[in-house]
Amino acid sequence: MSEMKKIKNLKEFSTSADRFEGANLLCPGCAHSIIVREVLNATNDDLVLSASTGCLEVCTAVYPYTSWDASWIHIGFENGSTAVAGAEAMYKALKTKGRLKQPDRNPKFVSFAGDGASYDIGFQWISGCMERGHNIMHVVLDNEVYANTGGQRSSSTPIGGSNTTTPAGRVSYGEKQNKKDMVAIMAAHGIPYSAQVAPNKWKDMVKKIQHGFAVDGPVFINAVSPCTTEWKFDPKDTMMLTDLSTDSLVFPLYEIIDGHELNITYRPKNVVPVEEYLAAQGRFKHLFKDEYKYLIKEWQERVDANWAYLNRREEARV
Amino acid sequence: MAFDKMELREVEVWDGNFAAAQAMRQCQIDVVAAYPITPSTPIVEGYAKFLADNYVEGEYVMVESEHAAMSGCIGAAAAGGRVATATSSQGFALMVETLYQASGMRLPIVLNVVNRALAAPLNVNGDHSDMYLGRDSGWIQFDAYCPQDAYDLNFIAFKVSEDHDVRLPAMVHQDGFMTSHTAQGVRTLKDDDAYGFVGDFKPMNDMLDFEHPVTHGVQTEEDWHFEHKARQHNDLMTKVLPKIQTAFDEFEKLSGRKYNIVEKYDMDDADVAVVCMGTSVETAREVATEMREKGIKAGVVGLRVIRPFPFMQIQEALKGCKAVATLDRSSPNGAPGMLFNEISGCLYNLETRPMLSGKVYGLGGRDLTKKHLTDLYTELQANVDAGKVTTPLQEFIGVRGPKLSFL
Ligand SMILES: Cc1ncc(C[n+]2csc(CCOP(=O)(O)OP(=O)(O)O)c2C)c(N)n1
Ligand code: SF4
Repeated sequence: MSEMKKIKNLKEFSTSADRFEGANLLCPGCAHSIIVREVLNATNDDLVLSASTGCLEVCTAVYPYTSWDASWIHIGFENGSTAVAGAEAMYKALKTKGRLKQPDRNPKFVSFAGDGASYDIGFQWISGCMERGHNIMHVVLDNEVYANTGGQRSSSTPIGGSNTTTPAGRVSYGEKQNKKDMVAIMAAHGIPYSAQVAPNKWKDMVKKIQHGFAVDGPVFINAVSPCTTEWKFDPKDTMMLTDLSTDSLVFPLYEIIDGHELNITYRPKNVVPVEEYLAAQGRFKHLFKDEYKYLIKEWQERVDANWAYLNRREEARV
Repeated sequence: MAFDKMELREVEVWDGNFAAAQAMRQCQIDVVAAYPITPSTPIVEGYAKFLADNYVEGEYVMVESEHAAMSGCIGAAAAGGRVATATSSQGFALMVETLYQASGMRLPIVLNVVNRALAAPLNVNGDHSDMYLGRDSGWIQFDAYCPQDAYDLNFIAFKVSEDHDVRLPAMVHQDGFMTSHTAQGVRTLKDDDAYGFVGDFKPMNDMLDFEHPVTHGVQTEEDWHFEHKARQHNDLMTKVLPKIQTAFDEFEKLSGRKYNIVEKYDMDDADVAVVCMGTSVETAREVATEMREKGIKAGVVGLRVIRPFPFMQIQEALKGCKAVATLDRSSPNGAPGMLFNEISGCLYNLETRPMLSGKVYGLGGRDLTKKHLTDLYTELQANVDAGKVTTPLQEFIGVRGPKLSFL
């Protein structure tokens, strides 16, 4: 086991060696790049990375350029997790056979994918990787929408959100389904570590990523990634939106160890009403019409219920 | 080495599946990612047993689908090592997306495809419908006619695919059940000789070389995509066939067994010929010999390499013929058979062109009998005598009910 990287402060963290360059085509204010940098900067170890088709992929490896100064592969929309699992299998095979070029290195295997690539189309591949116990980390850049293709709903899209395939209209408030609970589903595979993270809570994030890299076996990380384009907010407000998501408990931060032991890792001092979170984004604007106000109430109830559930699980150590 | 060698007799009785599994064992694959499907399942089972018995070393990843199998193979190949898997039919169809991704990234991978019909209707038996799904995917495609070929062509496939000038994945096709499950005598190679032929894997731009990180599978739009695809196509068309020929020659030196890019049988003075693939080649050869006894100058052209398509070699093989029939073991579904189309393209610019007819046979595992072929050669000779094609251009051979013919 290699030594864990020690990080003193945000300045040092944000200026450590860049393996993900600032030069990329992501929208100004996109949280994807912040999350990726936080994950990569959490370790000094060598990295083998994949990105599934989506904003991150199409914006960071446009031939003849690449933003990645670490080995990186893109195959398709669904199979980034399995690509990295294949590379991890090769690493093991070559290690056994004594054929690694740098046998003293201790690489980490990470697949980045959007919520579409993880909750929907790549679901089976990720489940397969988790079940088989590959030593990989799958990180979801959860912007709750298919952003790269122009903002269609995914099974991570929350109820009431307006998007291009479940738009709000004269007789519709938009998305009708509740967001899929991927962390619970992945934890149910009995994997050593799964967690929700947010880029604004960088210390929490680093701790979880480092924990994830230290364990032996598959790790699932769900990172909230506010999308300025599809959530419809001003690019300068990305961190403000992230604060609202964690502080309203719409996106609670917790971890699940060995598939059952749940720990809440962030308890906001002042919990913000969900309404504030919704009001900050264009995609929920229509919910503030009189006829849909009941949905905002339901939103709050759902968030409260989920928070109570997480607390009960933490207390019961299950 | 930590694994055990296996003592093989000079001739073993193996079916095509086991022959392929043995070749994979002798090549010492680093990563196999696989998912079972009839009739190719025994290949991955055979390999798993070799692993369980310590005859091979490496990672064997039993994934949750064929798409994942090829995805895992791609990641493993990009990481830099010897990679292989096997599939058939619906599994092959599910893999198709990833086949393009593997070849587009110029990754060496060997895929044993035990050919089988495509549903619906569901059918587990051999025909070539699945083979054509991979036709334009940028893979090298070899065709085995019998278990011996299935064994030998695997070594050739690894050698060519992993060549640094080639770096393209390769398939070895064999006929479902007819080859995969029919045991025959197979001449074997000693473990050391077999491994010596394919050689150690030499990585290139691998993801596990941390001093030189690489980016695989980038985005290219209209500004570069064309150049990448054209380069891949160019390499397939110009580099691969000579490499295959060299590998065939080297393999002949090692084993005494001679393979040709296009397998010509009695073609030197043939008036009539059939062009075919897989198990039908051997049947056709036998019937051609019988036809010669009856005074009909019959020959057979067997395709050994389907991609890259050996255009010139086929032209050369058929240029002296008067009448030729292509035997397609796939349902063309709305067009003349694939082989018919491709062969007619080869012949078009010849000064004197043979008459060409297209026959579709053996769908879903239906037998091709000697009688079918005898009738076919007789028909071709009748065309020669009449100086024109006297039957429809496209016909089904051996289908029940009213004769189905078109064009
Ligand atoms: C098999 C397949 N289906 C559909 C697509 C089209 N497609 C490309 S990216 C994408 C959406 C990506 O969304 P997500 O994974 O959430 O990532 P984001 O762009 O939001 O970061 C879709 C639908 C594709 N590339 N491949
Ligand atoms: S559309 Fe959204 S996710 Fe995509 S690059 Fe822009 S901000 Fe990022």
